[in-house]
Amino acid sequence: MSMLLSPSAAAVLLPAEGAAVATDVVPGPFLAAPFLVLLPMLGAAILLLAGRRSDRWGAWFGVLMSGGAFLVGLWVFLSMAGLPADDRVVDYSMVDWISAGSLDVALGMRIDPLSMTFVLLVTFVGTLIHVYAVAYMEHDRDRRRFFAYLNLFVAAMLVLVLADSYLLLFVGWEGVGLASYLLIGFWNHNRAYAVAAKKAFVMNRIGDIGLIVALMLMFATFGAVDFSTVFAEVPGASTALLTATGLALLVAACGKSAQFPLQAWLGDAMAGPTPVSALIHAATMVTAGVYLVVRSAPVFEGAPTAQLVVVIVGAVTLIFGAIVGCAKDDIKKALAASTMSQIGYMILAAGLGPIGYAFAIFHLVTHGFFKAGMFLGAGSVMHGMDDQVDMRRFGGLTRFMKVTAITFGLGWLAILGIPPFSGFYSKDKIIEAAFVPVDGEPWRAWVFGGVALIGAGITAFYMSRLFFMTFLGRRRWNDGKGDVAGRGAQDGPVRHPHESPALMTWPMILLAVGSVGLGFVLNAGGRFVTWLEPVTGHAEHEEPVLPVALLIALTLALVALGIFLAWRQYVVTLVPIRAPHGSVLTRAARRDLYQDDVNETLVMRPGQYLTRSLVYADKEMVDGGWLGLAGGVGRVGEWLRGWQNGYVRTYGATMLGGLVVIVAVVLALTTGSAS
Amino acid sequence: MTDSFVAPTIDWIYLVPILVVLGTGVVGVLVEAFVPARARRTVQVTLALLATAASFATIVLLWRDPAVQGDPATGGTYGVRVLGGSMVIDPFGLAVQGVVVLLAFLAILVIADRTSTGQDAFAPTAAAVPGSPYEDLARRKGIEQTEVYPLVLFAVGGMMIFPATGNLLVMFVALEVLSLPLYVLSAMARRRRLLSQEASFKYFLLGAFASALFVFGVALVYGYAGTVDLAAVFQVLAGGGTPFADMPGLVLTGVLLILAGLLFKVGAAPFHAWTPDVYQGAPTPITGFMAACTKAAAFGALLRVLYVISLGMAQSDPAAQEDLFVALWVVALLTMVIGTAVGAVQTDVKRLLAYSSIAHAGFILVGIIGFSQASLRATVFYLLVYGLATVGSFAVVTLVRETAPAPERALVDATAGVVAPGGESASAPSAPTGGDPVGDDPSPAVPDAGVVLGEATHLAQWAGLGRRSPWLAGAFSLFLLSMAGIPLTAGFIAKFSAFGAAIAGPDTQGGGSTWVLAVVGVLASAVAVFFYVRIIVLMYFTAPAEDAEGVGVTVVRSRGPAAISIAVCAALVLVLGVFPSPVLELAAEAVKFVP
Repeated sequence: MSMLLSPSAAAVLLPAEGAAVATDVVPGPFLAAPFLVLLPMLGAAILLLAGRRSDRWGAWFGVLMSGGAFLVGLWVFLSMAGLPADDRVVDYSMVDWISAGSLDVALGMRIDPLSMTFVLLVTFVGTLIHVYAVAYMEHDRDRRRFFAYLNLFVAAMLVLVLADSYLLLFVGWEGVGLASYLLIGFWNHNRAYAVAAKKAFVMNRIGDIGLIVALMLMFATFGAVDFSTVFAEVPGASTALLTATGLALLVAACGKSAQFPLQAWLGDAMAGPTPVSALIHAATMVTAGVYLVVRSAPVFEGAPTAQLVVVIVGAVTLIFGAIVGCAKDDIKKALAASTMSQIGYMILAAGLGPIGYAFAIFHLVTHGFFKAGMFLGAGSVMHGMDDQVDMRRFGGLTRFMKVTAITFGLGWLAILGIPPFSGFYSKDKIIEAAFVPVDGEPWRAWVFGGVALIGAGITAFYMSRLFFMTFLGRRRWNDGKGDVAGRGAQDGPVRHPHESPALMTWPMILLAVGSVGLGFVLNAGGRFVTWLEPVTGHAEHEEPVLPVALLIALTLALVALGIFLAWRQYVVTLVPIRAPHGSVLTRAARRDLYQDDVNETLVMRPGQYLTRSLVYADKEMVDGGWLGLAGGVGRVGEWLRGWQNGYVRTYGATMLGGLVVIVAVVLALTTGSAS
Repeated sequence: MTDSFVAPTIDWIYLVPILVVLGTGVVGVLVEAFVPARARRTVQVTLALLATAASFATIVLLWRDPAVQGDPATGGTYGVRVLGGSMVIDPFGLAVQGVVVLLAFLAILVIADRTSTGQDAFAPTAAAVPGSPYEDLARRKGIEQTEVYPLVLFAVGGMMIFPATGNLLVMFVALEVLSLPLYVLSAMARRRRLLSQEASFKYFLLGAFASALFVFGVALVYGYAGTVDLAAVFQVLAGGGTPFADMPGLVLTGVLLILAGLLFKVGAAPFHAWTPDVYQGAPTPITGFMAACTKAAAFGALLRVLYVISLGMAQSDPAAQEDLFVALWVVALLTMVIGTAVGAVQTDVKRLLAYSSIAHAGFILVGIIGFSQASLRATVFYLLVYGLATVGSFAVVTLVRETAPAPERALVDATAGVVAPGGESASAPSAPTGGDPVGDDPSPAVPDAGVVLGEATHLAQWAGLGRRSPWLAGAFSLFLLSMAGIPLTAGFIAKFSAFGAAIAGPDTQGGGSTWVLAVVGVLASAVAVFFYVRIIVLMYFTAPAEDAEGVGVTVVRSRGPAAISIAVCAALVLVLGVFPSPVLELAAEAVKFVP
């Protein structure tokens, strides 16, 4: 136990102490960093431009480009690890990008432990998922295009995390939004999927407005949008301004990371092919909000109110996602709700300040592994069950797909936070950190710590429910043999569940290895926290309101309770094939706690009325005025055109007349001013 | 007498960019005399491209020359006066020369393209009477008028001297050196030859008129200052000789006459009237060449004269200097309004581009009147960007052709009149676009397309082009968007910096509240967007009209050069729209002569 406690999370620090200042001296190996972005970008460009000609080799080419980016990332990472901690934050400014008046932005990369952590996560998990998708998308005639979009996503995500200014970050931010849109709607011949893509896109735009507002505020106040300048100027800025900027950034983070109240798109985003859900809507893109908050730490440090709002948003989403996850029968949507809830944990941690930054990122990394693994597992199940996603139609699948069941099970244990699996190290630290009183206000420790604790219990329940309904219990699908192994007559199409090919199982196995060991390895000796220190600063140790040992015991007890309840309800008891009517809360959770209805009533309907009246006004007033103006210009033009009659004598006369008038005017003016 | 003559020392090295071009022009004339006919074209094209490329390379080499750039540490003089100021090789002159040569290179690529029809844009024998048996014979024999290339080189040589001379008489000579070849080239269109010859003649008459104004202006200034050297004129104006107050009328009239001659060349109102007719009648590759390069060179010369004289005046009589700018205000406003308003009612794509070029002259004038480093930096940048979009869009026009279903001469003649209602001049007696019975020169029949005729310049014929030739239409749209000043294209940066500088106001002296000009400029740009976007809408969102006359529209394939030119122009328009900084910095170095 003491081993688990020693690098205790419970700490508080002096802001920015220990954080390294960015240097402009670029070490040799870092010069390779642009290829991180260039390789996948090139991949996307070649695959999209070559079109059908590249159908035959397109998929593996995409894998190659993503894998190449990973190798470059590994090379840069290793050379960074060889540097002293203070030299690890490097601003690699490549070219002058925009120089317009007072705005001067260079195109550059911020290469530091935080961005490299993301680079490794994105390229490693991304490459595994690329490999997985080679098999998963094998029978899709547009597989090449799929890989082009995946490559585009990887490139955009790397731009996002490597940017050295908010403006370039915004480019990556929009890039991943675009890739996400294209991939959610990849099967856009299905109208519902196309609508889902549009919904995700529109809701993300709301978040983007936040980022744009933050950009404008920074530019207006600091005259710059690059990290170095902005963070250097922050101490001199007013709290009100920092709060506004922080809140705007939070809106952006909420949009991208599906946090309350902009979370409604994530469930629908599951319309995309499963590898997309694993890569973009679980492991990487949706964590961009966490990255943004941690990256903007200096801004939030100066704005305690904004920080409090961040914590509240994280806590609300954490519980919200967990409740929704308990009621979903669609395996991917249940996982999506879980993603939302886990990112809630990260956002909560990021809002706690320096004490939480490292753990937010830590949980982000481990979550990237186990959640991606579970999504790939869900994809493998769908692959074996002819794209069935209703968990009530699963049951007892372990026998048929052992690798999937075991890797999924390891991911399940990891997300539950069972020691010694990855999630234990990362999530437990967040709970501990939440219990640390902030600014000597114990109520916050109790409230947010309590929420995080209860969330862990609910997580255990719904994830166990998901695992049990899918892999354990009795068979609830038609095996076509006529005998009634479960109960009642068999109905529905005949299924032949089978294990997926090696190209799909190996990525799952590798991710499962991460789910098991990554947390322990990174946590040993506080390695990960120390690694991030040049960015997040050094956190001083501080005690939570309850002893750490008691907290761990409480968490594990709640988790055990959750597992037990799920076991009783979904393994011991028969799971009905059709969902029961359920309680009020269940019905609400099934409908995402009526979030869509709220959105429709509050935003969509008024918005539609507004646009309709705008269209009317546009037609009647703007168009009318414009057409009138156009007519006026046309008449003037026709009149002036009369002078262009084709006769040289007229042209010559025009020249002479014009000249005489001009000379006369100038001379008159001169004479006037002279006298 | 003779022993008192001292041979002037000439810094030949600084004249190399010009000498390369003019020298190759001379060689080109010899090529016509001594190289066998079948090899002539290849030799001429190669020579012309090499000459412009080499000239550009030498300009790049000279750019960092310490004598040209001066020593920033001492803050002393920069620029080299060759032959006592006949040539002034300074950063500004070199920059304009660079722009001219670069655009000329791209334009020569277009001129050299024979397209998949195997015919270039020029008459087989320009001296033959249109429609005569002699012309018919020459055409059948496949004769080509390769003198085009030396002529272009001579014009380029003149354009390079024009902005880089400090002597008003040399400037006049340069004006003629660049104009005379253009008069000839304008008359050489292969198709619609009468229209082409008419355009040339108009250009010649009005050009001669403008030259006369210029010389008269020089004479008046000489009458005051006793010299035609700009630097000396500056000294006198600044108080080193006859006081300005003694004869303000003489100086102002002289300066205005000189400016009128130059404003004619840039196509600014009220000296613009030749532009639409000449742009329409001249062979399209030549139109692209003169629209882009002449404008750059003439604006360069205009700037030099205007700034030297007005800076001189500012020393003795600031009020008079402001009055001088009033004239430019009037010209800029008129030019923008006429260019956009009349452009909006055009139906012929070449005439439309001509009016667009007039409007752009107005926008560039706004930058010039701004009279600050920022506004002049914008002007140099604008000239480059405008030139790229212009060369590119006229290159696109050369590829969109009319077709007739059968190679029957009678039918061709009948349709030629129907499909070529060239803008307003259709109603003009002296511009018989439609009634030119001999101008069309059917190429050999091409499968599917029938017989390929001249360019399809009527806007209605461009409908649906986006569907048939997406790349070509895409490039054209890009050029139009750049001219309209839509962000992410170079045109936006150019307009933004020009108008931005005008709003910021002049650093030292000048027209005063130039923001008014910027406001008019923005409004005019808004109107101009209408006619640019109208073409894009036509190309992409309108179904091609069925031709009752059996005249179709086809896109001929480039043999390579024109395609390269279009691609380079499009790429530069995009790159300069996204990464303008390096070029803007170069432009800033070029305009440091402004205090």
